[in-house]
Amino acid sequence: MSAIGPNGNSLKNRVAIVGVGESEIGKVPHMTGLGLNAQAARRAAEDAGLKMGDIDGLLTAYSLTEPYFMLGTVLAEYLGLRPRFGASMVVGGATPAVMLGHAASAVATGQADTVLVVAGENRATGLTRDQAVQSLAAVGHPAFEFPYGPQIPAFYAMVARRYMHEYGTTREEMAAVAVRAREHALRHPNAHMKTPITTEDVLSSKPIADPLRMLDCCLISDAGGAFIVTTAERAADLKAPPVYLLGIGEHHTHEHISFAPSLTEFGARESSARAFAMAGLAPADVDFAELYDCFSIVPIISAEEIGLAQRGEGGKLFASGETAIEGRLPVNTHGGMMSHAHAGAAGGLFGIVEAVRQLRGNEGDRQVARRDVALVHNEGGVMSSHCTVLLGRQPA
Amino acid sequence: MLPTPTVTADARPYWEGAAAGRLMLQRCTACAAVRFLPAYLCPACWSEGVEWFQASGQGRVATFAVVHRAPLPAFAEKVPYVVALIDLDEGPRMMSNILGEDALEVAIGDPVEVCFEERGEEGFKVPQFRRSAEGDAGKGEA
Repeated sequence: MSAIGPNGNSLKNRVAIVGVGESEIGKVPHMTGLGLNAQAARRAAEDAGLKMGDIDGLLTAYSLTEPYFMLGTVLAEYLGLRPRFGASMVVGGATPAVMLGHAASAVATGQADTVLVVAGENRATGLTRDQAVQSLAAVGHPAFEFPYGPQIPAFYAMVARRYMHEYGTTREEMAAVAVRAREHALRHPNAHMKTPITTEDVLSSKPIADPLRMLDCCLISDAGGAFIVTTAERAADLKAPPVYLLGIGEHHTHEHISFAPSLTEFGARESSARAFAMAGLAPADVDFAELYDCFSIVPIISAEEIGLAQRGEGGKLFASGETAIEGRLPVNTHGGMMSHAHAGAAGGLFGIVEAVRQLRGNEGDRQVARRDVALVHNEGGVMSSHCTVLLGRQPA
Repeated sequence: MLPTPTVTADARPYWEGAAAGRLMLQRCTACAAVRFLPAYLCPACWSEGVEWFQASGQGRVATFAVVHRAPLPAFAEKVPYVVALIDLDEGPRMMSNILGEDALEVAIGDPVEVCFEERGEEGFKVPQFRRSAEGDAGKGEA
């Protein structure tokens, strides 16, 4: 753990998430990407009992469907905000958790009082053919990967095959990730997918990049998500019960899978160790987890790296039923990106939204029983950029 | 038409080598670390000293995917095709297709050897790999 480094606990317990919101999800052709962001932002503000005038910080991510150069400023303009702290950030799927860290630092140091973090795009209905080709062309290294014709699933398929080779992870275990996500999504009133699937459905779905098939892959949705960050002191006076930031950590090891230091060990180990060190907690303290699930292999590997399962045992964790809402360690209680929604950076952001809702404890038949500490993991690139967040109902 | 790579100043000798049928790599003149991704400095020690050398063209398959849904129309007629990561004998890893009649029978650990595929304008070539016989590495004509 020598590589973890000093990770001052200056943010621990000092910052809270006080509002969350999600837009309409699925195919929403009557709304723009910016509109989805605005709807999610308005709902998060309502949830917090805040007015637009209370928001003095704005962070957002990126959009393939509306690829503005300065998306953060464009979104502020669209929302009628003139923030004193603002940016658009790009760390791929890790962006929402990374934005939470930046928002937390901003409110803890007084650069802003109340930061809106919002992301999303209309990926299901908003991409023209040219934009789709252009965005696909941006996948992979332009000289040393793209000419060989990989798509994003192929990058993760290569990770999956190597993991299966070294640790014996099976297709059935990977399918269990998808089936569990769908079961959870069916209990979510706003999830994109509304019909059940079986292990056999996953194993016989269309091959995309062997060993990954269609139902091993995340969705393509129209969706926006938002959360609002302020200081713990200010949070105490707001409408919703605050959810405290207990720990956060990042680790970045590569961008392109060709140049990853390892094909089986990635940065979630370090990012989670930093988050646990800040919080003074251990994996055994985690009541439930929202793990980035762009492909079925990814939460299996992340669970192992984070310490929620032994190395090589992540597949069994999912296949055992322990990750069900009623299980020992519920995972992706909203259905994750495989069944709830995936729209750019909104995909991982919904993990944060869901963790906040579960910690508050009002989710009906989707509600987890143990709800003191939640772990959210976001990952970007091809297992490239990692950010782990620990959230709690009480300060740690 | 299959896409051609963007040729940058960092990588010009790599592509000039490929056009001549040679797989070229960079070696740091300070720490001797071999790198695949052409760069201004050594990512192991930040030395600016660099030399290009011809690699053996031999390696092994670290992992691979079989692509069934092409990312671009140009690749659609090739599905299913293999995208692999190759561990070169010199150490670095690189992406390649596996070419040849037996490409779809590839397995992790298989020995492979470089070959060169023409792309785009005449004379431009992209390094590719095909399976080679175990123990026969280096003997075959590319």
